[in-house]
Amino acid sequence: MNDKNEMELNYANADGESDGGIQIEPKVNPPENKRKIEIKRSHRKRRASDKVFTVCNTVFMILFSVVTLYPVLNTLAISLNDGLDAVRGGIHLIPRVFSLKSYQTVLGIQGFVRGAFITVSRTVLGTLFALVANALLAYIISRKRFLFRSELSLFWVITMYVSGGLIPTMVLYKALHLTNSFWVYVIPGMVSAFNVMVLRTYMEGLPDELEESAQLDGAGYMTIFVRVISPLCKPVYATVALFVAVYQWNSWFDAMIYNRMKPEYTTLQYELMKLLNSVMQQSGSATGGAAANGGNVSAVTPVSVRSAATIITMLPIVCLYPFLQRYFVTGLTIGGVKG
Amino acid sequence: MKADLKIKKKPMKEKLNKNELHRQSVLLVFTIIFVIYGFIFYYLPLAGWIMGFQNYKIRDGLFHSQFVGFDKFIFLFQDKSFLRVIRNTLAMGIINLVATFVTAIAFAILLNEVRNKTGKKMVQTISYLPHFLSWIIVTGIIHDALSNTGIINEILMNLHVIDGPINFFAHEKYFWPIVAFANVWKETGWNAIIYLAAITSIDPSLYEAAEMDGAGRWAKIKHITLPGIRPTIMILLVMNVGNVLNAGFEVQYLLGNGLVRKVSETIDIYVLNWGVSQSDYSLGTAAGIFKSVVAIILIIIANSVAKKSGEEHLF
Repeated sequence: MNDKNEMELNYANADGESDGGIQIEPKVNPPENKRKIEIKRSHRKRRASDKVFTVCNTVFMILFSVVTLYPVLNTLAISLNDGLDAVRGGIHLIPRVFSLKSYQTVLGIQGFVRGAFITVSRTVLGTLFALVANALLAYIISRKRFLFRSELSLFWVITMYVSGGLIPTMVLYKALHLTNSFWVYVIPGMVSAFNVMVLRTYMEGLPDELEESAQLDGAGYMTIFVRVISPLCKPVYATVALFVAVYQWNSWFDAMIYNRMKPEYTTLQYELMKLLNSVMQQSGSATGGAAANGGNVSAVTPVSVRSAATIITMLPIVCLYPFLQRYFVTGLTIGGVKG
Repeated sequence: MKADLKIKKKPMKEKLNKNELHRQSVLLVFTIIFVIYGFIFYYLPLAGWIMGFQNYKIRDGLFHSQFVGFDKFIFLFQDKSFLRVIRNTLAMGIINLVATFVTAIAFAILLNEVRNKTGKKMVQTISYLPHFLSWIIVTGIIHDALSNTGIINEILMNLHVIDGPINFFAHEKYFWPIVAFANVWKETGWNAIIYLAAITSIDPSLYEAAEMDGAGRWAKIKHITLPGIRPTIMILLVMNVGNVLNAGFEVQYLLGNGLVRKVSETIDIYVLNWGVSQSDYSLGTAAGIFKSVVAIILIIIANSVAKKSGEEHLF
């Protein structure tokens, strides 16, 4: 009752400073009508502010995409451009003088080709080993009846927070004869507690009945792991494989620290870093890039070579990751929030 | 009641003892292998901390090197360059933490507001790209963009903000912002994944109710989305506070140069310089111990602060 009165009062007030539209049909049910119009108005107001928001947001998203993509596309353009011409600057997204010389040069650098071979090897082997080891450990930790389940879990969780540091690790690897060897890329990082937690969380989400019925059929723990659990874990296996593969592909520090004396175990990224350093040292003088080639007609510069090497190095991952999106999104969501 | 439980429990234990224990022997074998592996690669390096209290000589080894107590630590804290290194590590760690957190949360919220499904998917795919590039590539790209002929100088000159190109890598004042930007550029899209997942798990009826009450999009973000992802933000914050000192190696090592050394050197680079290049293992280990201990203290503090203020926490 009170409510209605107030509204009528409001209506009367509004009437005083009325605009034509409202006065046309006020006789039928004035308060109701007025209310509708008010809601409509506020809707219109909101829609307007929402529109501003949408426009701003769209502009922001486009800007974000440009800032993310431009440097990569710019590197691509420079790598496809004639090296000496690129020194003049002014190349943005399209090469000015098209040339594949930089790519030819990169593929002719012995260290780079060797590095590519080692990187592919460590990515394949490292991912395979890590996946098997992490999955098996996660399987053991996720067995609800396993006697030492919580102890084993704690043992690995601690490794997430405490680490010995660079020097003790280096001394240890030396003592184990892992330095100056390919295996330093594969063995030490094989089990990672984070990946184990991702896998474990997924495995714990599978129904217990699967294991029980397999057990009734006489299956042992390993048979259940291989035949029952693993086929169901394909998505999360893909996630972990992706994490490990990216890590392996992008590693350079271990090559620099543990295999500095062994150029045959160099990696792609470490070779790229050497190229990068040569560019950075020369970038002090504007003509440094061109001068480095000593007037060589081959028309490649450190900058163009490095750009080509960068593109080659990023190509496999850039081509693959868009198709693996759902895997890393789920993996990160399970691992990040629960682990 | 209690007796009841005991009776119920007993047969299960018995079952576990006879059949199950035998079945579990294969798990036990693998457990032993994993414990040995973990012990060697994760716990044994901790024993190497002894080196921090020794005057470690490679030819004497861990067992015959001379013990010097806290001498190496005293040297560290009397070394002006180490104090500067601590400052750099902490400053860059905190700047990066804040910058990457704010941008990731903002990006997740804004991306969630994009109504166009295809556009949303596209921006999201693009946003992941830098995460998959190595720091070598990212620092190379950033170096290019900031070089004399790079895009940043070009834009600034065309806008007449500056007359001649700025050599960004020659001035100390630019280094920390560059490092922060590098981190933001690389990880914003990736870090947003978790927040986006958290946003999708917010009850949609809350938004509907807010809409009925006449809430605009800003109001909905402020009163529903942000409180909704608050637990996620808090737990990630606690987790990352311990990593503040860890976030200081690759970018600084790859982008730093002699001109900006005073602001670019971090604890990890200090360890590398002394421990590896100068082969002073003891000093390198001591600096590493300092870092690990501070990291653990930080994470415990962050956790207890979160716990006391009733927020989500780790342990």
